[in-house]
Amino acid sequence: MNWESIFNVGLLQNTLRTATPVILAGLGCLMTEHVGIMNIGIDGMMIVGAFVAVLASYFLGSWLLALVFALLSGVLLGLFYGLFVVKFKSDEFIIGVALNIFAGALTVFLLRTIFNVKGAFSDPAIVPLPKLSADWLESIPLIGPLLNNNTLLVYVSWVMVLVCWLFIYRTPAGFWLRAAGEHPQSLRAAGKSPEKMKYLASVLCGAFSALAGAHLSLGYLTMFSENMSNSKGYVAVACVIFGRANPPLVFLAALLFGFIDALGTRLQSVGVDPTLTKIFPYVGTVLMMVLLAIRERAKKKAAQAAK
Amino acid sequence: MSETIVSFKHVSMQFPGVLANDDVSLDIHKGEVFALVGENGAGKSTLMKILYGLNEPTTGQVFVKGEEMKTFSPSTSIAHGIGMVHQHFMLVPSFTVAQNIVMCGEPRRHRFFYDFDKANQITNELVREYGLQVNPTDRVQDISVGLQQRVEILKALHHGADILILDEPTAVLTPQETDELFAVIRSIVREKQMSIIIITHKLYEVMEISDRVGVMRQGKLIDVCETKDVNERILASMMVGKDVLLDALERTEQARRQDSAIEVEDLYVTDTRGLPAVRGLSLQVHPGEILGIAGVEGNGQSELIEAITGMCPIQRGTVKIQGKSTKGLTPGKIRQLGLAHVPEDRIATGVAAPADVTDNLLVGKEKAPEFSVAKIHLKRRSIRAYARKLFEKFDIRGAGVDTPVGSLSGGNMQKVVVAREFSYDTPVLIISQPTRGVDIGAMDFIHKQIMDKRNAGCAILLVSADLDELYRLSDRLVAIYEGKITGEFDPKTIDKAELGYYMTGARKEAEA
Repeated sequence: MNWESIFNVGLLQNTLRTATPVILAGLGCLMTEHVGIMNIGIDGMMIVGAFVAVLASYFLGSWLLALVFALLSGVLLGLFYGLFVVKFKSDEFIIGVALNIFAGALTVFLLRTIFNVKGAFSDPAIVPLPKLSADWLESIPLIGPLLNNNTLLVYVSWVMVLVCWLFIYRTPAGFWLRAAGEHPQSLRAAGKSPEKMKYLASVLCGAFSALAGAHLSLGYLTMFSENMSNSKGYVAVACVIFGRANPPLVFLAALLFGFIDALGTRLQSVGVDPTLTKIFPYVGTVLMMVLLAIRERAKKKAAQAAK
Repeated sequence: MSETIVSFKHVSMQFPGVLANDDVSLDIHKGEVFALVGENGAGKSTLMKILYGLNEPTTGQVFVKGEEMKTFSPSTSIAHGIGMVHQHFMLVPSFTVAQNIVMCGEPRRHRFFYDFDKANQITNELVREYGLQVNPTDRVQDISVGLQQRVEILKALHHGADILILDEPTAVLTPQETDELFAVIRSIVREKQMSIIIITHKLYEVMEISDRVGVMRQGKLIDVCETKDVNERILASMMVGKDVLLDALERTEQARRQDSAIEVEDLYVTDTRGLPAVRGLSLQVHPGEILGIAGVEGNGQSELIEAITGMCPIQRGTVKIQGKSTKGLTPGKIRQLGLAHVPEDRIATGVAAPADVTDNLLVGKEKAPEFSVAKIHLKRRSIRAYARKLFEKFDIRGAGVDTPVGSLSGGNMQKVVVAREFSYDTPVLIISQPTRGVDIGAMDFIHKQIMDKRNAGCAILLVSADLDELYRLSDRLVAIYEGKITGEFDPKTIDKAELGYYMTGARKEAEA
């Protein structure tokens, strides 16, 4: 076996590329996690974002407008989710599942009625997201090719990790957000509405998830295909739990997932059965959760022993 | 001194099925400590929640400093200078003391960022000004309940409160912490001209701390008097509306029987952490007697009860109910041996809080022929009729049989538990903390029910942290200390001080 053909710069590049939608969706998911909502509707929000981005890019010919419309669709879905979960107090899982089924079916329906195709739609008229690069970086080995020539949203996702961390742990609003999840009555007694914070988190979650979707359809590839989110929304939920909803940790968890995914793709090129490598990221996710459970249990035991 | 600062005018509060406040008019004066007393569910908390903006009254007006409250929300009440320390603290456990105190009024840096240093500084200034010691950087989840209460008080003061409502502030405190709290109340009233409203049902506290006292009963304000003009007995009779407090219970003479309904032999049980809790304990309870277990909490009483009822595993030793060993039996099977159990924590193990009163009363009897057809189909009509009968017999108040049990007050919730367990008509009763957090009226009622059961020939094992309760009910008393019985006594011949020695292990050490 040729190790060089597996472990190379390309592997790391693929890691970044695959991780990005999970990072973005993870940032959205951790917002709802902090207000005490387990949102599994992220997958659906992603796929709608992906579709709207392609739609806007194709008809308006602008990647910027594509992002704006994708964001709008995410905000709307976030409001919709918040309406049911916060206002009507429906079960967050049921609404999340409903959202996923709805989004999957809606995009398939629109794909067939607007573009008249089945399965996937790609067209030269779709404007992809721009790629950024700086010449001076290129000369540095490993770092250069890794940091250069990525899609805009890859860089945005890195900045957003920092911004989200600052927001949650370093601003008053971030404290209200966490208070709304941990002890809503105390926030209400102090004079702020926990419901508003939950709405805010839902909307932010929708916006980030839609960005993740736009990256799938305009950054990763330049096309929309049915169910193209490929359950990455669920992986993002797992990463949020694994990273305890702390943005930098969620970022690392997403990178780990991206690495396993990219490794699987690489192994295909040396002849490992693709049906086997495709399950890699999901097996990885399960292992991550098991690891977390073991660690939590050890911690509980230690805490009990300390008492 | 008698300047009016808060004024309720004909305030009524209607909840679905309950009139919680009924035409209440009340003035609170500036710089006084006003005590609001009443039984559970009398409407004290409801009235104060109106003042704090958590409830909007159905009819009536509230004036604060001469100004009418038009909208009811915590933020408007805070703006009026009203602060409230809730019975269940309104603190975020993972935040620090300072972060909780400044919540929703956080100091900022560069407009967007939280200024943590400033928050700590604000807290330290409050500590200096009011003499309430707290450490701003401690996390709330790591500090004691008494300290958490201080944080709550400081939070209210930080928000500019000059009218402070304390909802049953001493329920969670040790006697020493209570003394400290009262010292704090006295000093802030004296030095800052604050007005304090304290909700309680501990009457000696009313006598100790308050200037005036208002008594509520069934939503109505019965009377307001100067504390110096009344005493505990007068207040108590106003609270329950009758002067029949704690009469002697009717105790019929039972023939001394030698057979044991409960027999515990050399029992060893570990607690949830795996540490020994019950260590070689033996006891017997005969039919027609109440055996009281007196002990400081945490000396193995809870584990003893759980072991007898099958809710936690036995390490060593035997438990026999009606002569049959409980070895290997589930709690359900043990009950079938003829045992009913009033658990110490009614919310966790006594009731299903979201279910209604009817369903909670039915539990355990759902397969009886009068309530089900072929043990499959429930006969709702006869179940409801049965629930109504128990409901009336046990004088459960606050709502109807369709109300979720979780929305009843503590005393009424306890009555539901007692009603259900006593209606199994078992020869053995295990009763743990039957009147914890329950008002005098309900307590007296529950005591009578227990005594009736004894007189009917039940064997009753009673665990209580309330010595008065044990003395009133028990035929025999045993003291428990560190999982062992340190002595057996006749409640008529041992005084509380003497018993206290055995409960703290002191007597045993003296003998050794």
